[in-house]
Amino acid sequence: MSSNAVPSLGRREFTRWFWRQLTSMRTALFLLLLLAIAAVPGSLVPQRGVDARAVEAYFLDHPKSAPTLDKLGFFSVYTSPWFSAVYLLLMISLIGCIVPRSFVYLRALRARPPKAPRNFSRLPASASFETSASVDEVVAAGRRTLGRARVDVVEGEPGTAEVSAERGFLREAGNLVFHISVVVVLVGVAVGTLFGYRGSAIVTEGQGFSNSLTQYDEFGSGSLFKADQLPPFSLKLDTFTAKFQPLGSQQAGAPRLFRAQGTYTAKPGAGERTFDITVNHPLEINGTSVFLVGQGYAPVLKVTDANGEVVFNEPVPFLPNDPSYTSTGVVKVPDAEPEQLGFQGFFLPTAASGANGASISVYPAAANPLLGLFVWHGDLGLDGGTPQSVYILDKSKMKQYMNGDKGYRVSLQPGQSQKLPNGGTIEFTGLKQFARFQISSSPGVQVPLIGIIAGLLGLVTSLTIKPRRTWIRARRDGSRTVVDVAVLDRVPRDDLPADLDDFLERFREALGETEEKAR
Amino acid sequence: MTAAQYEQFSNYAVASATGILALAFVAYVAQWGFARKIAPDRELVTAGGAGEAPTAEDTASERSDVAGGIGFSLTGLAWLVLLAGVIARGLSAERVPWGNMYEFGCAATLMALTAYIVLVRMWAIDWVGPIITGFGTVVLGLSALVFVPPGPLVPALHSYWLVIHVLGAMISGSAFLVGAAASVLYLVKARAERTTPEEDRVGFLWRIPPSAKIDQVAYRVHAFAFPIWTFAALIAGPIWAQYAWGRYWGWDPKEVWAFITWVVYAGYLHARATAGWKGKAAAIIALIGFATFVFNFVGINLFVSGMHSYAK
Ligand code: HEM
Repeated sequence: MSSNAVPSLGRREFTRWFWRQLTSMRTALFLLLLLAIAAVPGSLVPQRGVDARAVEAYFLDHPKSAPTLDKLGFFSVYTSPWFSAVYLLLMISLIGCIVPRSFVYLRALRARPPKAPRNFSRLPASASFETSASVDEVVAAGRRTLGRARVDVVEGEPGTAEVSAERGFLREAGNLVFHISVVVVLVGVAVGTLFGYRGSAIVTEGQGFSNSLTQYDEFGSGSLFKADQLPPFSLKLDTFTAKFQPLGSQQAGAPRLFRAQGTYTAKPGAGERTFDITVNHPLEINGTSVFLVGQGYAPVLKVTDANGEVVFNEPVPFLPNDPSYTSTGVVKVPDAEPEQLGFQGFFLPTAASGANGASISVYPAAANPLLGLFVWHGDLGLDGGTPQSVYILDKSKMKQYMNGDKGYRVSLQPGQSQKLPNGGTIEFTGLKQFARFQISSSPGVQVPLIGIIAGLLGLVTSLTIKPRRTWIRARRDGSRTVVDVAVLDRVPRDDLPADLDDFLERFREALGETEEKAR
Repeated sequence: MTAAQYEQFSNYAVASATGILALAFVAYVAQWGFARKIAPDRELVTAGGAGEAPTAEDTASERSDVAGGIGFSLTGLAWLVLLAGVIARGLSAERVPWGNMYEFGCAATLMALTAYIVLVRMWAIDWVGPIITGFGTVVLGLSALVFVPPGPLVPALHSYWLVIHVLGAMISGSAFLVGAAASVLYLVKARAERTTPEEDRVGFLWRIPPSAKIDQVAYRVHAFAFPIWTFAALIAGPIWAQYAWGRYWGWDPKEVWAFITWVVYAGYLHARATAGWKGKAAAIIALIGFATFVFNFVGINLFVSGMHSYAK
């Protein structure tokens, strides 16, 4: 390949050389393998876009290496500059490949089949036979046998004729369609990401959600998405059902059913309709989908302050940490007097004593619920103006109530209440469940889908069709006609000779003779 | 039969199939062993000498053929018993029998044996027998380590996409396995063809087709598997993920490795069309592709946590 020669460094030559390198098959291969390697780290190190909490945990576990990895973009591999660089180069290379090949292909479509080479025996497979049929009859039979191939007949000197045929043009078409569709898919994905959004929200039984930014726990959107484009639907969760494999059976505790039922209105003023969302069966509202992606428990807590006022009375979602729903959560009571109160602790749906005396949950359903909380008093830090996560207690301006050298501990089962050190009480009045919904919209999600299906069809076409050239030469020799046949595959295959035999057989059948043997 | 009886039957069947397949492997190895000293065109040489006393080579050749025949028969038997085991497992759980790692191991081995038997009939590829039966035995044995009793599916798997997506993955995986086995033999044979002088060409390696033919087989199974993998991993998977998790692609570890496998095999197809990469390098890329595929089902399932509840 001359393109591999070191270039003499005129700028234009260099550009052209560079372009040719970039769009060569070798480069495509190299970039493909590079892309595969570049994708690996993202599967081994947690990713911000996938699981932000796991990334934080990773920082705690690996305080030395994590910041370095972070600088290298290892926690957001698929948006990192180096990953983007590889796939952008691949895209450019791909387009640089497709465009010229498309032109070549269009030209080839209109071209006539190539002329027969002089010497058939140089071709990978050839044969000859004699027949009593005339040259014209041979040509006619040859055409019939060649079927749908593109055929060109050249009449030579009197008594001779040459047939050139080519078929399998669809192979290259399939190949082009496939490669174009790769571009379509990537563009479609990019558009969906730029204009789409995705967020998640926790909704407890009896509570509602309306689709505005403030109601989301997590929210992410593409850079071309505008918050006022959020469709104004709202929904209310009435009941949540979770079923688990019963205790004492095989696979006890394995989840069996999650189901959220309630009502929604598609936009203000529209009628109320019911929904029934299960895993794999999202609710569709005007191009937005509501998926059920998680669930957990929300103990209903009632807090009375030192003055005897009920300052808190609502369900508090505790986020599950393991398959047995050992959950952690935070209660903030800003209205408590004389000081604000904060609680932090765990909820266990089926509490049991663990090996070291600590309580753990042994089963995901609420068979023996237990709430354990530590208590802080002081300033919750809610007035500072900076938004705070409801799942994190900012203890910087708070003091923990102590019991000797251990933290003072609240330990409650449903229906129980406990006095607080400052005189108030906390009561565990009931247990509700919450659903975690993921709400998302990615406009044009059909584009990548259609693209990849078209690509698949193109791929199958290009992998199954054989591009083949066939030549037949007939020459009258006395009372007989000598027929030479040769075939050439543009993609080398080993079944050529067998195919030639098969072709000859059909050819001679078309000539009306089957007995004579090819020489 | 009750669910418990089906379960017990299934467990016995899978265990028996593992044993039978191991014996098939031994028979195939014996087939290679017996052929240690045989020259490739032995039959042609002795064809004229009817009535001659059978030589040591004749007996070796005969033994080798018998061992190969036994290997194939045992593979067929293992297939039948495994089929019964997998079906019983499905009847016991009342769903498709590939809802967890153990079941996937069994069903995928069944599929791989099916592919092998079909291809032996189509293209006489019994020369990959030792690799397929050896690999299948190992997979079945390892599956036993992650055995779980049959039970209903976790909610995320309640979808007909489970049938489509996983079936696609198993079919393409089986073809990838055959492709990998052929690629290994291609590398061995092509090397031997370069380095072994004509007179030293004895043994089983010289009774299997020439490397060009093996390469052809490898290409064909890969060309068959790649579109199916594209469908299973890049069409069916994302559609299902959209329903189950609300996003069609999320760079979950399992998705990442499915993508890596896809890219590597695309690399294989390109390598075959690139001068200097055809042949040896392409075969190595195919093996890397298969390694990424296996890693996805072993390494990722066991060591990396992701959303694919399959693994648990
Ligand atoms: C995401 C990137 C790409 C993927 C997934 C991909 C995939 C494929 C596949 C599966 C084939 C096999 C089709 C066949 O054998 O006929 C193929 C063939 C081909 N690809 Fe790509 N490709 C990619 C990028 C590129 C690039 C960047 C180039 C430009 C150099 C390129 C040039 C070709 C050519 C010329 C063929 C035909 C090979 C032949 O003669 O059979 N591809 N590609």
